[in-house]
Amino acid sequence: MMPKNGRTNGQIPVIALRDITKVYQMGDVEVHALRGIDLEVYPGEMIAIMGPSGSGKSTLMNIIGCLDVPTSGTYELDGKDVSRLKDDQLAAIRNHKIGFVFQNFNLLPRTTAVANVELPLIYAGMGGRQRRKRAEDALRLVGLGDRLDHKPNELSGGQQQRVAIARALVNEPSMILADEPTGNLDTKTSIEIMELFQRLNQERGITIVFVTHNPETAEYCNRVVRIRDGLIESDETRQATAGIHAAKTHAVSSNGHEAVMVKERER
Amino acid sequence: MKVLEALRIAMRALAANKLRSVLTMLGIIIGVGAVIALMSIGRGVEKYVTDQFAGLGSNLLFIAPGQITEGPPSLRANPVRSLTLGDMLAIADRSRVPHVAAVAADFQTRVQVSRAGKTVTVQANATTPEYPLVRNWNTTIGSYFSTLDSDERQRVVVLGSETYQQLFPNNEYPIDQTVQINGMNFRVIGVMESKGGGPGGNLDRSVFLPLTTGQDRLFKQKTPNGEYRVTVIYASIDDSANIPAAQEAITELMRERRGIKYLDQDDFTIISQNDLISVFGDILGALTIFLGAIAAISLLVGGIGIMNIMLVSVTERTREIGLRKAVGAKRGDVLIQFLIEAMTLAAIGGMIGVALGWGLAQIVSTFFGEFQAVVGADAVVTSLVVATAVGLFFGIFPAFRASRLNPIDALRYE
Repeated sequence: MMPKNGRTNGQIPVIALRDITKVYQMGDVEVHALRGIDLEVYPGEMIAIMGPSGSGKSTLMNIIGCLDVPTSGTYELDGKDVSRLKDDQLAAIRNHKIGFVFQNFNLLPRTTAVANVELPLIYAGMGGRQRRKRAEDALRLVGLGDRLDHKPNELSGGQQQRVAIARALVNEPSMILADEPTGNLDTKTSIEIMELFQRLNQERGITIVFVTHNPETAEYCNRVVRIRDGLIESDETRQATAGIHAAKTHAVSSNGHEAVMVKERER
Repeated sequence: MKVLEALRIAMRALAANKLRSVLTMLGIIIGVGAVIALMSIGRGVEKYVTDQFAGLGSNLLFIAPGQITEGPPSLRANPVRSLTLGDMLAIADRSRVPHVAAVAADFQTRVQVSRAGKTVTVQANATTPEYPLVRNWNTTIGSYFSTLDSDERQRVVVLGSETYQQLFPNNEYPIDQTVQINGMNFRVIGVMESKGGGPGGNLDRSVFLPLTTGQDRLFKQKTPNGEYRVTVIYASIDDSANIPAAQEAITELMRERRGIKYLDQDDFTIISQNDLISVFGDILGALTIFLGAIAAISLLVGGIGIMNIMLVSVTERTREIGLRKAVGAKRGDVLIQFLIEAMTLAAIGGMIGVALGWGLAQIVSTFFGEFQAVVGADAVVTSLVVATAVGLFFGIFPAFRASRLNPIDALRYE
């Protein structure tokens, strides 16, 4: 199935999955986590992959995130086949092309925000001064310009997740892969974080893939893919119903897309 | 990832767990500390002993009657034939012993020396006039007796520094004062420099008089055919390289003079300073092996400690490793990170150990003022290299384990 989305004209998809399967051997039993997934995600999309636990969405996320390789099928990331790469090659792909955001932030303890954000750049082999500058820029982008040298235990949950988002952004990846990014946050902070994602998506055109079972997260996305039993159950492209769009939509009209865009630019 | 970067990460990880890091280092600290301390003290003792021998006179050979055999004195070979002044004169002949520079003879016995109601029992050295030259030893007050004194069998005496202090407790000027040796009056003509204790007893507690005077007037211990009996002959050799040749020449000369048949054993002994030093060398060598064994054991234990803690650390930091891999760390990056951490741990332990050992050596030196511990740069470098190598070796397994962690499982690890 092809996504019917305004950004398909001639662009190479960021993610192109073709007939992806994944089989785990659990003792004598073969577990078919994925049974043939076809999915294309284009640059600038903000997509939620949803499904109940056991649906295979974590497996799919691991494959999309190049943490794992499929049993069969092909995965092209930015037009390059990554479905048969070795560990170290995958590590290099993750380093350059993918920014991870996790539910539990996964920041290094006792390490400053800026040092945490520098981490991917270290493995990219960037020199210290340039690294620091890039990390500071990324932190300013997520609104933490005044918390550069704070350590995780000196930051709130929302701030920690912003550090994690800065870390995901710092290598200018092809996409951000966020695994339940608001799972550990309260409602108010969740809204802030999701609006930050939206802003990054709209202002910077960053492709963002959420993996979640939380419908509220999906409301911020303009495409929702549902997975069940290792297969895609539905793939829906629509207008986001929550966040910076939706708020304005309610305020102006039921179809206030243009107005919102204007307001957005004014911000 | 650059090694420097790994080093920074390692320092931060070690600093985060200071107490644990120090406890882990303890094995290495103690091992290296013990080795540095004991080696420094050993070096100090060695230097002290060598200096003592050097104080005996340079390139000196000792010729003594009898064979030095093992076992208690009572079991040694039958009473030995004495050496005589004639032997000394023969050795002094450069046509027979080419490299000999100077020769002296010495007859030693116990005597009682008195002055003004004080009596001390000391060793008397009845010597030939060349004695100070051969022993590389001078007087502080007055002078040693001359050839003329010797030829005229003058009753003159030179005091060892301690004997002088005992007989002249108020530091009176001793020259031309009279002392009694075994009841006979002697005129004091000099006091020797202090030489301190050494092999062969404390020469500061002795008196020196001409061999002729001693044998003709005081001890009357000539051989049956009227020769001057002596206890030991000293021969100083012009160059240390010539000592073996001189030793050989003297042996041949003495065998001939004493009529020892071909293949029969010598009935005299020639000892060089090197022989004496090499005995101490053997003792120190055994000590070094012993120290090496201690060091090896404690470094092994220390290394196992490091491996243990590194394994714990890898488990504790599973999520960190998972994260690092997720953001692009390759296996090699993780491997190097943990290897460097283990090596840093061991190297810092080694440095603390060196400091500790150095401190201990200084304390020991201060306690036993006689010698100064010598902390050698080679010992320090070797210890640090070995400690770091131990860290590397015992870090391999934990680091390998860390590098093989699967990022998916590692990220999910609680």
